[in-house]
Amino acid sequence: MEAAAAMEQVARDDYGRVLSHLIRVVGDFQLAEDALQDALIRAAERWPTHGVPRNPAAWLTTTARRRALDRVRRRGTRTDKAPQLRALAELEQSLAPELDDDVEIGDERLRLIFTCCHPALPEGAQVALTLRTLCGLTTTEIARCLLVKETTLQQRLVRAKRKIAAAGIPYRVPPPELLPERMGSVLMVIYLIFTEGYSATQGPALVRADLCAEAIHLASVLHDLMPEEPEAGGLLGLLLLQDARRDARVDAAGELVLLPDQDRERWNHEQIAAGARHVRDALRMGQVGPYQIQGAIGAVHGEARTAEETDWNQIVALYDVLIRLVPTPVVSLNRAVAVAMAEGPAAGLALLDDSDLARELRGYHLFHSARADLLRRSDKLAEATVAYRRALALTRNETQRAFLRRRLRELAS
Amino acid sequence: MQYICLIYADEKNQQNMSDAERGAYFQAYGQYTQELKGADAMVAGDALHPVSMATTVRVRDGKTLTTDGPFAETHEQLGGFYIVEAENLDEAIAWAAKIPTSAHGSIEVRPIMVFDQ
Repeated sequence: MEAAAAMEQVARDDYGRVLSHLIRVVGDFQLAEDALQDALIRAAERWPTHGVPRNPAAWLTTTARRRALDRVRRRGTRTDKAPQLRALAELEQSLAPELDDDVEIGDERLRLIFTCCHPALPEGAQVALTLRTLCGLTTTEIARCLLVKETTLQQRLVRAKRKIAAAGIPYRVPPPELLPERMGSVLMVIYLIFTEGYSATQGPALVRADLCAEAIHLASVLHDLMPEEPEAGGLLGLLLLQDARRDARVDAAGELVLLPDQDRERWNHEQIAAGARHVRDALRMGQVGPYQIQGAIGAVHGEARTAEETDWNQIVALYDVLIRLVPTPVVSLNRAVAVAMAEGPAAGLALLDDSDLARELRGYHLFHSARADLLRRSDKLAEATVAYRRALALTRNETQRAFLRRRLRELAS
Repeated sequence: MQYICLIYADEKNQQNMSDAERGAYFQAYGQYTQELKGADAMVAGDALHPVSMATTVRVRDGKTLTTDGPFAETHEQLGGFYIVEAENLDEAIAWAAKIPTSAHGSIEVRPIMVFDQ
């Protein structure tokens, strides 16, 4: 049992760190992943009988490096190509007790994220690869998060890794002249990782704090690396602000609590102040961007002492800016919810009942639950029930499902 | 690694250039080629005659079928290529971005396959 718990913990907490290190050492995504998989299997065999090693992550790293070496040796007997011999020599050297520290960046996961988000890879593959390699999410989890079929996702990952090797996509943080161009996809990927943590697609818990922390850490490393990039600061601020409300989103009984009903005593006010500061510093640079605006919306929420004090008109105004920068259905949905708060549920419903929007978001549970909420507040209880049921059918997260069932019970009585 | 940079552009673009423009365009290509050679990155490179000079060949059931024109009609045509030696894709992209045609056409960068033995 102890071994199983340790396995689970190391797979969750250290996967990305260990893998990013291995990729650098072996110079090949697939080989690194295979070797780490070998090491995890070895751990599952050994740990229950021999006990859990003192430092499980270090044990996995060393074992994976040995397994990579074995794999290269076996390949080496079939063909003797110079690159493989070079890799072999480097690997053998890497098994020396002390490894060179990465002096350039100091965090190999950043190198990994820039490689995974290389513009030569299709966007969907960038996100999938980052979640798989940096966060160690399973393909099932990623498929749910990205709303694609698992087989599609697996193909995407295989093709992406093949392209990294065949096209010679370098494993590095891009040099300064390339950084601005490469930022956009990195920011998006970090935000998606946070979203997955903040509202987990499956499992009993609503929030997977480890993923949130992972995303915040990546955002803060990125911000340190690029202090002049306002969107990096904006993203960090946004994540801190959202994360500060994390504990209040679930009550003592483990049920979901929506923003207006949250106990603001349970918000992390220090973190809200820090997040708002990052957003303001970023906005002061005078190049507005979507993460800064979303951060500003988060700051308006975070700084309102009560739900009633929330300046909804300002939030609607910020959404008006956001929708010009990012004209997507999800932004339209959020704007409609803000309009409902500023002008009443009927105004919000009118926006949600736009046929294009309804068609594009028909598979998105939050569209149906937001609509259900506005219908409930407009006393259209029968329609609200239908919408809550639709949301329930589309939600796999247990906390969200419990919340929707509670609403349905309230409507029935 | 070696990469081929396939240079695609609308041929009319060059046909419509004034003599002065064309002169400057060719001069830019000359400078680019010198830069590639200076960096020891030039493997090969040539310009192609327009697609109106192209012939497409297929062999079906042992018979050679010859037709006039390019294999595919597209709005941008293959007009030339460079093969460059580069450390990685980013370096190859940087070379591709300096090809004068990249300013109005497109450069397709493909890694050249290396076969065992």
